[in-house]
Amino acid sequence: MALFRSENKSSNFEETFLPHLDAAYNLARWLTRDPADADDVVQEAYMRAFKFYGNYRGGDSRSWVLKIVRNTCYTWIQKNRPREIVSEFDEGLHDVETENPETILIRDIDKQKVREQMEQLPAEFREMIILRDLEGLSYKEIAGISDLPLGTVMSRLARARGKLQTALRALESGGRAK
Amino acid sequence: MKCKEGKELLNSYADCELDLVSHLQIEQHIKECPECRRAHENILAMRSAMTDDSFYFKASADLKARLRSSLKESKPELPRSSLWNWRWMPVFASALLLVGVSIVALTLLRPARTGEDMLAKEMVSAHIRSMMTDGHLMDMPSTDQHTVKPWFDGKLDFAPSVNDLAAQGFPLTGGRLDYIDGHPVAALIYQRRKHVINLFIYPTPDADSQNRVLDRQGYNVIHWNKTGMSFWAVSDVNVGDLQEFSSAVQK
Repeated sequence: MALFRSENKSSNFEETFLPHLDAAYNLARWLTRDPADADDVVQEAYMRAFKFYGNYRGGDSRSWVLKIVRNTCYTWIQKNRPREIVSEFDEGLHDVETENPETILIRDIDKQKVREQMEQLPAEFREMIILRDLEGLSYKEIAGISDLPLGTVMSRLARARGKLQTALRALESGGRAK
Repeated sequence: MKCKEGKELLNSYADCELDLVSHLQIEQHIKECPECRRAHENILAMRSAMTDDSFYFKASADLKARLRSSLKESKPELPRSSLWNWRWMPVFASALLLVGVSIVALTLLRPARTGEDMLAKEMVSAHIRSMMTDGHLMDMPSTDQHTVKPWFDGKLDFAPSVNDLAAQGFPLTGGRLDYIDGHPVAALIYQRRKHVINLFIYPTPDADSQNRVLDRQGYNVIHWNKTGMSFWAVSDVNVGDLQEFSSAVQK
């Protein structure tokens, strides 16, 4: 009976969470910025998810597993690249006023450069773009995954996009000046 | 709408995350303000650039295989919570028995409810819930059927047909996802004067059926099945208006 139950648990787990493996990997790959590290983080996150599967009460399985992946990523970054985390940063204190990039139309978008500049964003901003623009999650889902209030998600996402546009525009004008 | 306020909301606007009033204000503001319009276009351009496959990293087959095998290895010896201890068995057994007896008693004592009754009740509850709090009525406020329909893509495993019925006196005002009777359900929101009509749509294996008119808790409900879809229109408009609405939808 015990074996039956645990076999059941494992196959239910696979059925519920393996379909989200790409989403999990994509998030980890963007946050760690390295394919091998992303593999390790996802593997660890899934084992943790499996361990905590008893706490899963149904519902949005993608958000549930992404939350664990995200936490695992941050633990990994703290351990391996502690300087990347801008801890305790204040939403209000940063360059809000200097970022007013939206007024010039971006003429042509070089996707390669966009990817490079996304990697340069601080992780806290990068993840907003990943979850919203690549994963297509709602603000509410992102708030749940990242444990942030909805308003913070809203402003952080806006600033993430602003920063990205500023960086791209700087490249563009730098390129022209040469 | 001031430009500065508008700017702050442009991202949420582009993401369809604003309430109806702000959404419409920004829509208007963008028409009038060239600067914000460019900003909006930039947001859209960036977003569409990111839909390129090169932005999305997929897990390798190798990782998938590794995961499967680690899951298999860790299968036995799961830590069990003490609740599963055998000494609790009598307690569970008696609790189960009690539940069983109550269910039997309740079924015997109460008049049998049909599935349709239960569903009608759920639909009315969903309608009431949608009206109760600001911002719950619509996930995607738009009067444009070509905006609402694609919004459901990827959120549902079926594509509800979305038609603006403004010409028939029922303008479309938006869409929402709901979860009823264990399924994700598309909810389209229409208006009749100041009244809201929720139209719930989901796939059904049942054959096409004629309108069934019900009233529950002071709300009128019309239910029909057509081409593999189940439709439930719920509103506080009068039955005549709701029937007119139902024929407009089915036309």
